Parts: sequence; C-alpha cells; structure tokens
Amino acid sequence: MPGTVRFVLGDRVVEVSDPDPTTTVLQWLRAQGRTGTKEGCAEGDCGACTVVLGSVDDGRISYRAVNACILFLPMLDGRQLLTVEDLREPRGPLHPVQQALVDHHGSQCGFCTPGFVMSLFAEFHREEGLKDEEGIQDALAGNLCRCTGYRPILDAARRVGAASRADRFAVEEPRMLALLEGLRRDTGLALTGPDGRRWFAPRCLAELQALLDAHPDATLLAGATDVGLWVTKQHRRPDPVVWLGDVAELRRIAQEPDRIVLGAGVSYAAALPVLASRWPAFGALVRRLGSAQIRNSGTIGGNIANASPIGDGMPALIALGARLILNRAGLRRTIPIEDYFLGYRRTALLPGEFLEAVEVPSVPGGTFATYKVSKRRDQDISAVAAGFSVTLEEGVVTEARLAFGGMAEIPKRAAGAEAALVGRPWTLETVAAAMEALGTDFAPLNDMRASAAYRILVARNLLMRFHLESTGQAELLEAADA
Amino acid sequence: MRDEPGFGPTTPGPVHDANPGPARLRGAAGDPVPHDSAAKHVSGEAVYTDDIPELPGTLHAYVLQSPRAHARILRLDVSAARRAPGVHAVLTAGDVPGAVDIGPVFPGDPVLAPELVEYVGQAVAAIAAETPGQARAAAALIEAEYEDLPAILTVDEALEAGSYVGPGLTMRLGESAAALAAAPRRLSGSFAMGGQDHFYLEGQIAYALPREDGDMLVHSSTQHPSEVQHLIAKVLGRPDAHVTVEVRRMGGGFGGKETQPALIACIAALLADATGRPVKYRMDRDDDMVMTGKRHDFQVRYEVGFDEEGRIQGIEMDLAARCGMSPDLSNAVVDRAMFHADNAYFLANATVTGLRCKTNTVSNTAFRGFGGPQGMVAIEYVVDEIARALGRDPLDVRRANLYGPGRDLTHYHQPVEDGPLLAALMDDLEASCAYRERRRAIDAFNAAHRVLKKGLALTPVKFGISFTATHMNQAGALVHLYQDGSIQLNHGGTEMGQGVHTKVAQLVATEFGVGLDRVRIMATSTGKVPNTSPTAASSGTDLNGAAALRAAREIRNRMTLFLAEHFAEPAESVAFRDGIVAVGGRTLAFAEACHLAYVNRIHLSAAGYYRTPKIWWDRTEARGRPFYYFACGAAATEVLVDTLTGEYRFLRADLLHDCGTSVNPAIDLGQVEGGYVQGLGWLSFEELWWDAHGRLRTHAPSTYKIPTGRDVPADFRVRLVANQPNREDVVHRSKAVGEPPLMLAISGYLALKDAVAAVGGHRFPVHLDAPATPERVLMACEAVRALGAAGPWAGP
Repeated sequence: MPGTVRFVLGDRVVEVSDPDPTTTVLQWLRAQGRTGTKEGCAEGDCGACTVVLGSVDDGRISYRAVNACILFLPMLDGRQLLTVEDLREPRGPLHPVQQALVDHHGSQCGFCTPGFVMSLFAEFHREEGLKDEEGIQDALAGNLCRCTGYRPILDAARRVGAASRADRFAVEEPRMLALLEGLRRDTGLALTGPDGRRWFAPRCLAELQALLDAHPDATLLAGATDVGLWVTKQHRRPDPVVWLGDVAELRRIAQEPDRIVLGAGVSYAAALPVLASRWPAFGALVRRLGSAQIRNSGTIGGNIANASPIGDGMPALIALGARLILNRAGLRRTIPIEDYFLGYRRTALLPGEFLEAVEVPSVPGGTFATYKVSKRRDQDISAVAAGFSVTLEEGVVTEARLAFGGMAEIPKRAAGAEAALVGRPWTLETVAAAMEALGTDFAPLNDMRASAAYRILVARNLLMRFHLESTGQAELLEAADA
Repeated sequence: MRDEPGFGPTTPGPVHDANPGPARLRGAAGDPVPHDSAAKHVSGEAVYTDDIPELPGTLHAYVLQSPRAHARILRLDVSAARRAPGVHAVLTAGDVPGAVDIGPVFPGDPVLAPELVEYVGQAVAAIAAETPGQARAAAALIEAEYEDLPAILTVDEALEAGSYVGPGLTMRLGESAAALAAAPRRLSGSFAMGGQDHFYLEGQIAYALPREDGDMLVHSSTQHPSEVQHLIAKVLGRPDAHVTVEVRRMGGGFGGKETQPALIACIAALLADATGRPVKYRMDRDDDMVMTGKRHDFQVRYEVGFDEEGRIQGIEMDLAARCGMSPDLSNAVVDRAMFHADNAYFLANATVTGLRCKTNTVSNTAFRGFGGPQGMVAIEYVVDEIARALGRDPLDVRRANLYGPGRDLTHYHQPVEDGPLLAALMDDLEASCAYRERRRAIDAFNAAHRVLKKGLALTPVKFGISFTATHMNQAGALVHLYQDGSIQLNHGGTEMGQGVHTKVAQLVATEFGVGLDRVRIMATSTGKVPNTSPTAASSGTDLNGAAALRAAREIRNRMTLFLAEHFAEPAESVAFRDGIVAVGGRTLAFAEACHLAYVNRIHLSAAGYYRTPKIWWDRTEARGRPFYYFACGAAATEVLVDTLTGEYRFLRADLLHDCGTSVNPAIDLGQVEGGYVQGLGWLSFEELWWDAHGRLRTHAPSTYKIPTGRDVPADFRVRLVANQPNREDVVHRSKAVGEPPLMLAISGYLALKDAVAAVGGHRFPVHLDAPATPERVLMACEAVRALGAAGPWAGP
C-alpha cells in the first residue's frame, strides 16, 4: 500500500504518493511550476524560500512562516501550505501585505520579496504580530534583502501592523478547518521513496518506541533545521527517517511550581513565551536564536540531541541545571544535561534511545544570566555563548554553574572558574580570579567566527558583565542591545 | 523632504494648448512611480532565469572544482563519470571546440583548467546529466591527481614575491617628497580592508538552448549580455552573430554579474552544444561564493605631511589589491581606487601608486563602487588619523581639506568644480544632523560610561561618473511605436533591481507625452541591441536613457514633420503632451496620430545611439578627464559600542545625496538607502575568511553575514538634494546613483573608530582594519587601553 502525503496547497487537497522522503518542499514546489518561491541559500538562512504552514491549533488555523528549502515534503502531511502565489485571488487585487510592499517601494530586484511577503502574511494572521518595532524586527530577521536597505520593507510592515487583519483567509477559515479535519489520520504515515528509503511519522510515544525498536539506527528528525542541511548541503540520504513532528506527547509543555518540562518536540517558538516569563534573559537569547522561521520549525529537543558545540541554548540550560529525560523502549532515565555531551557530536544516547523531554528547575535564590556574542545580532551562530548561575549566602558563593558554548567541542562548564568562585565572596577580586581560570578551562579554536584570543577575552568579559549586572552596577553597562 | 522635480518634456517645444489633456500623466520623468515589476515581485509572477519553464530533455550542469590553490593537474580521468547514470556529457579543457580562455579584457581565465589550477574552486571539468543530483554524483567519480605548487594567498605574500597580474601605475600631482619633507607634521602607517561577497539573492545561472544551424540562445543572469555572447561564441568557435543572449531581470547583481556570468553561461553553452540538448547551470550558493570573484581586499600604506590645521601638504599612498589568480577587471578596479584616493580633498602634492597583486585565490572582480570605495576609505582613514594626531574634531580636518576655489585639481589632473557643492552638502548635514550638539552629548556620555562608548563621524562622497575605459561609454536602444500607440522599449541596459527599465521608460513616455502604461519594457537581448556595454559604473540610466531618448526623439521628429505637412501647419505647432498630439489648433489622440502616421507610411521604429562627450584619459601620462561629472553626497553616522565584547549598534544615520534632478526620486532613494546599508555591511561584519590552504570558509549565509533589518540604524534619515540639476547634459539633468551612496557608509566605519578612540579619551591613535567586526573593535579597544597605560580593563 503506498504511503500518501496529503495536504492542502492553497485551498485544495493535494496527494503525493511515495515521494523521495527527503525531497524538500522548495524542490517539490518548483518542480510543479510554482516558481514564486525562490532558492537563495538552501540552508534556511536567507528566507527567500519562506512559505507559510497552516495547522489546526485549538480549533483555529494558526499560520507560521517556515523555510521551504529545509522542510521535507512529508512534513506537510495534514497541514495547509501557502505560497506567494496563493495570496492574491486570480486576477484579483493584491493582498494587503503585498500592496503595502508595492506602495512603500519595498522591492528592488524582487528575488527576496516573496519570502518577505510570506513572513509578513504569517504575522498578519497573528493578532499581536507586527505591533511594535521589536516584533517587526523579530518577524523579519530571517529574511535577507541585499537591495533596499530594509527601510521601505520595515515601513510596509509598520503599515500592515497598524491595519485591519481581515482578508479572505480569515473568511475561509471554517472551510479550511473542515478540509484539514478530513486529512487527519489515526495511525502514522509510512512511506517508501522510489529508491527504497523509508519515512515514518508516528502519532504517539508508543508508535515511536515500536519504530525505534525495529529501526534503532533510524535518523530522528524534529524540525529539520539541522538534518535538512545534511541533505541539502552534505547530500546525505538518511534512511529510515523517523519524524517526531506528529508525536503528540513530545509537544507538551508542563509548567510546574518547581520546574518546567518541555517535550523534545516543542519548537523554540512555542517555548519562547514560557522561557521568557520565567527567565527574561533566556527569552532574549531565544529571540536571537535563528530566525522566526527557524524557531517555528526548530525544536529544543533537536538542538540538544544533535550535540552541536554551538547550540545557543545549551549554556543557559546547563547553568539552570536542566535535566534530560531519555527514553528507550519505555524505560526512562534522567541525566544532567551536561552529562549528555560526550565529545564532538557524540552523546550519551544508547541505540534505540531518544530524548523525550527536558526539565528545567526554577532557581529561586540563584542569579542567572545568559549571553550570546556573534558578528551579527540576528540569526548568527555565536562566537561565544554563556550561561551563568550563582547562588549566594550572605554574600558568599555557595554554588556556581558557568557554562559556555563555542569554547570547546561540546557545550561545557568551566570547572576551574567555578572552583575559583565557590566559597568566596562575590566580589570583583573573586571574579577576577575566575576570569583568569577560564584561560585554563578552555582552549578554543581559531575559525571563521572568531579567534581563540577573542573567545577567551569575551568569555572573561561576559563573566565580568554578569558580576556587574548582578551587583547592581548595570548602569555602567546598559546592554548594547538595549 | 526629498526633491520632487517638476514635470516636463526633456526638450520642451512650443506648445499650443488648444485642448489640454488630463492634468498630468502617470509616470513622467520625475515621478516617484514604483518599480515596473513591483506587483510581479510581490505576487511571485516575476520570471527569473530559473523560473523559465524547462524544455523537455533539459539537462543540468555541475562542475568539478579544484581542491587545490595552486597545482599541476597530473591526471584527470573522467571515464567513470561519463558512464554514470543520467550523464550525457563530461567536458574538460581539451573538449572545448573554440578558445579556452574567457578573460574579459586580458587573458587568464580558462573556462576549464587546462593543466594548471590556480585557486580552490576553479572549474576543472563540466558535467551534464538528467538531474542536478546525477551531475553532482558523477563529479565525485572523476579521478584527479595534482602536484602542489607553492601558493601565494595574501597581499603581503604577493608583494614579497613580486607577484602581480599587471604592471603598477602611479598618479602624481606636484612634488610629494619635497612637500612631505617640508611639512610641519608627518604621519605614516598602514592598514587593511577586506573584500566583500556580492550576495545577490539570485545565484549565478544560465540556461542554454541549442538552435538550428549551430545557433545558441542563452538566458543568462548577467549585467553584460554582449560580453557573454562574445565569449560563448569564442569558446564554441563561432561568430558572435550565432549567439543570442537574453536577460529580463536579475535577482541582484552589484557588479558580481558583470564578468562572472561568462563562466556559467559558457559552460552551459558548451554542454548544450556537446549534447544538442538544453542545459541549465544553476550554481548553488556555496559553489557561487567559492567559484566567483568578489570585491578586492586592499592593503594601504601611507605617509602624509600636514599643517597644524590638518591641511594635507603632501601625501604618498600605496594601494595594493588582492586581485586573485587573473587580471579580470582588476586593472580598472585598482585605477578607480587610485582615482578616488582623494575623495573630496585637494591633495596638492600627491603620489598615488596602485599595485595589482596576483594570488592563488578566486579572481576578484567588479563590485558596486569598483575600487572607488577602497580608495575613499584609504584617504578617509588617513584624514581621521591626522585629526587624532592633532586632537581635532575629524570633521574640522575634513572641512580644511575640501576641494574649493584655487584648490581644485585632482591627482590625475581633472579639475573639480564641485568644491562649493561639497561644502554646501557638509554645511547642510552638519546643521541638520546637529553634529556639534551631538558631539558634545556624546563626549558627556562617554565620560559617564566606562563600558559603553559612542562614536560619530560625518564624511563626504565625491564619485566619478563614467567608465574609465573611455570606449565603454556608449549605448544603444531600439524603440518601436505600434500603430495603436503602444510602445516597445529595448535598450542595452539590464535590470538587476536598480530600476533602470522604469527610469528609461519614464524618459521615453515623457518624450512622447504619454503615460508610462503605454511603454512596454522588453527583456534585454543582444539580438535587439548589439555591442552593448555592461550595466555598470552607475551608468545604466545615463547611457541607455540617452540612447532611448534619441530613438524616441527620432520617431517623434518623423511624426512631427509628417503631421505638420499632413495638416499644413508649421512643425513648431506640433506638440506631444498629456496623451495627445496637438497640431496647430487640432488635437489627436496619441493612438490616432500613430495610426495616421502608419497609414501614411511613416517609419515608426528607430535605433538610438549615445556616447558620452568631453571625456578622455591618457593612462600612460596618468592624466585626463576620465569622468564626465561627479556625484556627491555626505553622511553622518552614530554608533554605540560595548567595549566588553566589541558588539555595536548603529543608532542613527543622516544621509544627504545628490541625484541631480532625479528621474524617479523613489527609486533613487532606494539606491541611496540600499547602497549605504550594503556599504555598512562591507565595513562592519561582512567578513571573508580563508584558511591556510586558500579555502574560503565563509561561503554561505550561515557564515557570511550581510546586514539584516535590525542592523540598519534605528533612526535613519535620508534625503535627496533638492534643486541641484546636473550641470552636464545628462538625461533629465539627473545624476547617476547606483554606486556613490555605498560610500556614505564610510561614516559608519569611522564612527566605530571614533568610539574606540573614546576608550582612550581621544588621546591615542587607533588602528582598526575593516571589516570592523566585533572582534576587531574589541581588540582595537584593548590596544587603546594598553596605550593608556591603564593596562587591560580592570573594572570600574
């Protein structure tokens, strides 16, 4: 029996039987002659391929902008896909976001424009979208334009933000909900591509456990913001792929008095409000992680599981004492997150084991901060990322967790610097000793992002900044990104 | 606040206003109408080369690249690749039927490497297969064996080895050595500025379609269709007339699609010729960034003598560019850097030398400004250092050095008449951006903050307009007027987003006195207009607009003579305006007049041709008038730096730019804003990073960071200069605008330098290479702190 991907394209149901499982949505669209969606980089960094996914959320359709270049076709199953061609009715007037871009001279060469249109369209359908400057910048940080200098595009976004949100998609929502309801499936999609490579999309933990029992070497896929690049850039052909995006349990967020539990499939976009309300600094960091498109697709679980040395969120999670819940055939174990990273892209996961959730304890008495330093403020990979937490009793440090990314082959705690703090008063002298110790804790690399000397200097200075901020001397600083 | 020039025909004739039409037609020259493709851009309907429906049988190309920076090819075995699934052809240099070299001006760029590879990424073999994946897979089956040769990767290594792609050139005015010796104060130093990737959003692409009799039609994303045509003919060993190159629009060019598309198009054409099937070659982003040239990085050495006011008495400057493995356009790029090593300043006694370093890296090429920005950064850096040495506000030193009456000759002996304009621009901006008040406020801020520092800089721009290769300053156009009154416009300019088609169509519509809607803009084709120059050097509208106007005027003149005779009225009484043609007391609808002319056998099609007057350049003597005129501007930028990490935000920018009487103020404003932000990216965090083996490691947007929306100054005030018609007879008395505004961003770079200087209370010199990444800014702060004897920063 063929595996058939069923989704709504624009306003009609499309069925694709047994496609190559790692065909990207961009490749598929363009092969259909839908060429409005452009390839600028094939790695989710330029936004020219931005499309909008509609899915049912609490009885409403929620729209989110994603990068079609690193989205696999079967990930559309059960969803609505909108591209730039869908916004304007045939021979009808332009959609308000399109008209705003025309009126403000927001396109020059026009190649990035469809991506901007779709990012703006997704925000148009969020009540709070494009309401303030930060929201506008956050929404568009994943769309590069090389011609305009952005001012006219930002002006168009401001006009859209101030305008009524009525459009034909709002009118047609009930019909679309019914269409999507008709695409619901009870058991997960399984398909086999023309070259025999397989794709599984389990619907629940039990299905997932069974699949991993049968295929312990399967590539686990969440948002595809990393695995997508294995395919488009490294030309790998993973088989089989087990996609976690439809496993309901993995998308749960539990806010408990003493901890927050985030399912491994929770996207950064979904986690952001939860993290930001508990730890504003963490929220600020996540807003700089990738772009709106990347945060809509990418998951915290994926960011942890792939064990990249430069995952922006890792130092913060380590500093907060996060713990990972690992699951193997239903048997769960919990480990401190720092014990998960064994070496460059090597982890503590056993064959057939998967990351189910991350739990982050609240730290009532501790002081916490997290920082990211990169060449560009938005959507850049950090040269250095840091997460710090210290607990004081009568001015003396009783616990210190100092974690860094970009400083070693794994996200890592600074053992020497921590030792230099614990048991000592939280003073500039103590911090100076810890700064010194960072030089022996780490031997970072020289690479295209930064030199080793810069990384060490910045790591030290971030600790200094943390000290100044935590001791009420922040007025000497004022965050540069204030 | 921007200029809204008045409406009017380019050459107003006597008008008998018996029956005036509608008040004003949309899209006349001077109207800020949207880009002609704006609605198609936002709806996804605009067709780029990759969007052209593929013909059945289309094959896809992939190229095997050299993994070595400099090596002899000992063995190249493509037999396994030829047998691979889906593969229809595998070509190496020996399979090229015509010439292998596709150097645009000088030889040095083999389409496929014959026996030597000279940079990592150089094309070694080309494959055509049924899918891009099959072509790529086949490339992995090619067996290549190399013998490494010593590689020269940097300017320093090239200078050391005396490795050049062409001879050096020196421009001289006065006696620099004597002036240096006599000057009250002297400074010398050196610094470096990096290159820049174009990062057009649409990568390089060509689609070649074989036609009968060995003809070839090639859709190429190119700023220079005529050169692509010529080089395809050359590699195929056929006459130019057998090849047609067409481009409707590019997804950005910025100079990166001037000479570079030839490689892509020639490979597609060679494979199409070899297989007899259509072949598309679309480079993916990584291949594009590795295989194609970029802005030249430069090393600058200078010695300058000046007085206590900071006025330059004598200067000697060496500008050494990393040209890469071949000459490409480097000769002209370095010349233009030298031409702009004065920026807006009178250098009474100057010796400016340009060196063209040959390295085993990709051959650097045209990029918006074409060396001009590098020359300008050089002199602005020197002027900034003079100010720091004297403890003066750099703006005062800039003002002291401006061109003016009696101080008005460049180091290439072209008189500068724009001194008063430059002074007026700086006056205006100094006042309108409240420079002095903000300087005081910034000083107070810096005194109150240990970690955060602000910087401010105001810099002028004077940019020479014309190709310095004089013969390139020519253009052609072909205008058809149909009997229903609709117009087809063809000209040699190419559309890359800059709006040249919109502006030229506005000029033509105005000439016929009709609305812009009547003018149909056609794809640029070598079959319509031959022997075109590249759309480059900011010249698109100046040259092609003038050619199109001449074609339109020719048709209008024929109609005028006919209508006058037909109605027995004087020719002077015929007027084209407001969508009608007035003849004596009579009015005809425009379409009616066209139809009448047609049935009376009046030729309603004309070719127009234009060449720029007045210019000449004697390169041997290094003197002449290479530029028809200068485009000027000024900008002030303020920045906030975090001196713990080197991170920064541009807080505010005030731009004032001279477009003459703008043909389209909205489009020109877009060029000013976009150019500034692109320049800001170049000088701040766009960093090209090569490893020790000569491999570019920043070859995708994940590692190469161009500005995003948040990097644009939050407070961004941009104006076009009002009431400043071009004194030269350029279309609509406008001025070219493509490149000059990029250099307004030098104010951002010097604002960063100013903020770093504030770390030491402006008492110490600052060394800050470009791009001024957060890392370079932090390290510069550390150096200033060390000079301040306070040692490394140790807390408040």
